Amino acid sequence: MEYILLIISAILVNNVVLAQFLGVCPFLGVSNKVSTAIGMSGAVTFVMVLATMATYLIYTYILLPLGIGFMQTITFILVIAALVQMVEIILKKISQGLYQALGIFLPLITTNCAVLGVAILVIQKEYNLITGVIYGGATALGFGLALIILAGIREQLELADIPKGMQGVPISLITAGILALAFMGFAGLV
Amino acid sequence: MNQMKNFSKGFLKENPILVLVLGTCPALATTSSALNGLGMGLATTFVLLGSNVFIALLKNAIPDKVRIPAFIIVIATFVTIVDLVMQAYVPSLYATLGIFIPLIVVNCIVLGRAEAFASKNSVWSSFVDGAGMGLGFTLALGVLGAVREILGSGSIMGYKFIDGDGILVFVLAPGAFIALGYMIAITYRINKT
Repeated sequence: MEYILLIISAILVNNVVLAQFLGVCPFLGVSNKVSTAIGMSGAVTFVMVLATMATYLIYTYILLPLGIGFMQTITFILVIAALVQMVEIILKKISQGLYQALGIFLPLITTNCAVLGVAILVIQKEYNLITGVIYGGATALGFGLALIILAGIREQLELADIPKGMQGVPISLITAGILALAFMGFAGLV
Repeated sequence: MNQMKNFSKGFLKENPILVLVLGTCPALATTSSALNGLGMGLATTFVLLGSNVFIALLKNAIPDKVRIPAFIIVIATFVTIVDLVMQAYVPSLYATLGIFIPLIVVNCIVLGRAEAFASKNSVWSSFVDGAGMGLGFTLALGVLGAVREILGSGSIMGYKFIDGDGILVFVLAPGAFIALGYMIAITYRINKT
């Protein structure tokens, strides 16, 4: 039950993009088409779960015993960068299909602040490993949900007659604002 | 003259947020008031200055193949410095900005300037570029924060000038997206003419 609440809260109520403002760059950058949005969501989910696990283990079993918790930021970003690189190499070796689908998005994920953000939040909120991984996965699903909805709307916006200065980023931001307004309706859910 | 141009491009022509649309996460998250926006802007400016100068100094020592990881370590070091200093001296601002201080490390502007400018130019130009870009970022955050504060809570820099509440939605998440959307559209218009 506790886990179900955590999942609903991470996907809908505290949506990572629309309520917490993490990962806005890729949210605006790769939301042109639904198909790319799905690919990006898959890649983010994959990396976020792995990264949460890896950074949690490193923080608890290496940084804390050595008393160097202040090295958190440097360590986490390097772990995530290395992890993304490793996932890319492994995917290329074992599954060409998956690599074709996710490959081009992987390098972009290193600078996705949602991944580092979730890793830090898990430590801050003092989750244990299982809760942390569930939280990471659910957050990634929330990111995917917001991204795919926005991509769907933007595909329709192509057909609309938008004033020149508002085309592209401005109208996407305003759409995202209205989307965020809609997501606020979930606030009473948990 | 050239340095002046180098400095001023960050304000309007190549403003990191309003034109390049980089680093939008902190821009949206920390601008619920003008002061918070300025605080975040100045913290980022410090990191940008430090990393730009250091990377310009080290550009011949860093092998080309591992330059990105090397840049990230330099940036992360400065972020850690800011993180600890702010925690010690401005704890209330640190608490408001929260997770977005360590997240400066993945702010695309910092790595972007390191890669596009500091790794190719002299120390002094990199310093000027960092200062211009950083202050441009701060300016955008300050204006966005002020707009949201005026509309959302009817105050500026903490001084209230209307009774009661403002349009509350501007302090909350949706207002951030909408206000930034209009600001980018206005900047586009100004730059075009």
